[in-house]
Amino acid sequence: MTHDLVVQFLAQGAQMTFVLLIAPLAVGVVRRVKARLMRRQGPPLLQAYLDLAKLLRKESVIAESASWLFRSAPYLIFALTWVAAALVPSFASGLMFNWAADVVALVALLGAARALLALAGMDVGTSFGGIGSSREMMIATLAEPAMMLIVVTLAIAAGTTRLAGVADFFIAEPFGVRVSLALSLISLVIVALAENARIPVDNPTTHLELTMVHEAMVLEYSGRHLALIEAASHLKLVLYLSLLICLFAPFGMAPATAGLSGWAIGLAAWIAKLLAGAVLLGVWEVSIAKMRVFRLPDFVGVAFVFGFIAILLAFLTRGVFA
Amino acid sequence: MSAAHALGELVAGRAAGPDGYVRLAVDSGVWTALAEGCAAGLHDLSALWADGGAMHMALNDSGRGLRAIVSLQTDAGRYPSVAARHPPALRLERAMRDLYGVQPAGLPDPRPWLDHGRWPGRQSAARYEFLPTEGEGLHQIPVGPVHAGVIEPGHFRFTANGETVVRLEERLGYTHKGVEGLMAGAGVEQAARIIGRLSGDSTVAYAWAFARAVEAALGWTPPPRALLLRGVMAELERLSHHINDVGAICNDASVLTIHARCTLQREDALAVADACFGHRLMMDRVVPGGVTADLSGEGVGKIRGLLARLEATRAEVLRVYDSMPSLQDRTVTTGIVSAELARQYATGGFVGRASGRAFDARKSFAYAPYDRLEFDLKVRTAGDVDARLLVRMDEISESLRMLSQLLGRLAPGEIRADRPAVAAAGEGAALVEAFRGDVFVSVRVGNDGRLAHVHARDASWFQWPLLEAAIEGNIVADFPLCNKSFNCSYSGHDL
Repeated sequence: MTHDLVVQFLAQGAQMTFVLLIAPLAVGVVRRVKARLMRRQGPPLLQAYLDLAKLLRKESVIAESASWLFRSAPYLIFALTWVAAALVPSFASGLMFNWAADVVALVALLGAARALLALAGMDVGTSFGGIGSSREMMIATLAEPAMMLIVVTLAIAAGTTRLAGVADFFIAEPFGVRVSLALSLISLVIVALAENARIPVDNPTTHLELTMVHEAMVLEYSGRHLALIEAASHLKLVLYLSLLICLFAPFGMAPATAGLSGWAIGLAAWIAKLLAGAVLLGVWEVSIAKMRVFRLPDFVGVAFVFGFIAILLAFLTRGVFA
Repeated sequence: MSAAHALGELVAGRAAGPDGYVRLAVDSGVWTALAEGCAAGLHDLSALWADGGAMHMALNDSGRGLRAIVSLQTDAGRYPSVAARHPPALRLERAMRDLYGVQPAGLPDPRPWLDHGRWPGRQSAARYEFLPTEGEGLHQIPVGPVHAGVIEPGHFRFTANGETVVRLEERLGYTHKGVEGLMAGAGVEQAARIIGRLSGDSTVAYAWAFARAVEAALGWTPPPRALLLRGVMAELERLSHHINDVGAICNDASVLTIHARCTLQREDALAVADACFGHRLMMDRVVPGGVTADLSGEGVGKIRGLLARLEATRAEVLRVYDSMPSLQDRTVTTGIVSAELARQYATGGFVGRASGRAFDARKSFAYAPYDRLEFDLKVRTAGDVDARLLVRMDEISESLRMLSQLLGRLAPGEIRADRPAVAAAGEGAALVEAFRGDVFVSVRVGNDGRLAHVHARDASWFQWPLLEAAIEGNIVADFPLCNKSFNCSYSGHDL
């Protein structure tokens, strides 16, 4: 029993380490794919790691008007996002903390991190920070309810809001024609794009302060603070990719009872799917323009509407067939 | 207030100089009447500058093909303000007041313009007061002068209500380098080098305008081959910047592929220019009397090859642009400039032509070699970012047409004429179509054969104010897109 506990503990630790280590690679893949599609050489795949190392070595310049919130926010944001990312089942569904890996908890952790970032953006008092924070909150007010609707749809289907439980359900019971789940998938992809500040909601590579959302909030950060925030946003990307994988393509994931070999297969499958997701994101980003800020409610609103329809359909089908 | 006076009546029956301008000395009554005429739309204000104790105003009436430079002796530097009657003159008058100390009586806005209180000998700690905006829920967003990209410096003060821009006020002058002062007293060769650096992206256009003005002043005739080569260089310059602008506009809407394609094509054009004329931007290649670089037969072949590639790129970019609703959603109806404003400000270039103003110095006041080329003046009326982008696209195909005609007409011959032996004093002016719009250069050559005064007016003087108008009612996040569709010059404007 103790032996089992140790293994479980190590596996959970490995999961936390994996997401942290692989996150910059996923970002590197997205950047590389975009660069290649523009016939550019692109940065090395490992550039994101080097950037983080560079930032960690650099001095952190802090505005005179900054309060304690500005200095402590990066640590909290990083911690919250890391915990959230580590909770999403990646290579195995039966990990130690899976009882805590509840979608509602996930939304709460990310919401807390976002609130901190928005406050930190406004803390120094520059206009760009304020613009970024207000836009971020506008997007969040639309994306979070959509996310909750998706959660409820899945909960209706799988009978639980525990991610591991949902994954187990989908592994055990492969997809039939489920309209509600297809709608949830579209909805979740939109939410993921919005939450990760990707095109068409935000452009992660722009230098135009006036158009930024996420970047505008973190403009005042530098050095190790910036490194933590960057790492957190890398983690968030992996989190959403893992979430999509876990909910809609869980095949290969080791079930609760699997041993080491199952875990190895699960890990390989997860990494492959993660990188495939990063490539898809890169292709998506070069094939569409960024939206007007005031069109975003329409776009993210689609996620909400789809989520809502998904729930209705889920209820209906349950009512008829259950 | 005096009645408006039309340029047509004033210059009727008077002979124009070799540069096409009628020169007239007027009294303050006629001066203000002409200013009223600008405001009434009887003619266009093209330039306004101070020189030798007088104020000069260049006026155009492109409908009748009339141009004049009217001069008013100042009363110890005082003269009746044009801006008090015709707002587009405002920044010109503020700039001239900063540079030469002339005092426009009745100037509606007495704040300095180019002078930021930092010039040696006249430092001032006075704060620049931005125009007040009042209302509930308004907040100000200061942007620049240092921007996050590698671009020129300029300050933008937005007053916004949430995301909606209520007012934009520009503050320019950060790249002032005293170009007019440097050229005063300079020899012709040296001044040609200086004006070619006023705005590097329009170096051919400025050098050409300066060369034409000096040639008119000195009775200097460039050989025919040189005129054709000037046309080739000017069109190459226009092509490389237009294709670059198209890419940059799409980049601001985050369409990275079009940007990448256009950047490659621009690089191609610059490399061909380098191979043909020995400089990527063709700086110092156009000089008074002709050109300094000849085009070899091999060079002609290179340019012909470039034309084919540019046409392919243009067609491909246009196809992608037309098939991307998400991109057009950003550009269509964004940053609209009304036709009325474009007319009032006599705005040249793609900004004017996208808002229905059919003016192109190559057509309206045609100069060699354009007077004998076949090309169309393409005008659109929507006045939005989309129209400004499409006007550039139209001009690219017209430039390609012109280039193949120019190349076909190249005959062997001299490329530079010697300066006329008799050094005489004289005045000359020229209007040349740069890629942004018409640039105006006026020169006065002294008895010593050196330049007594040079004035250069960039197309951007009449475009920057319209950017302020275009962004009103748009959202803050759309400003970079509008700004890029204008692509005004900072350096050319700041002198």
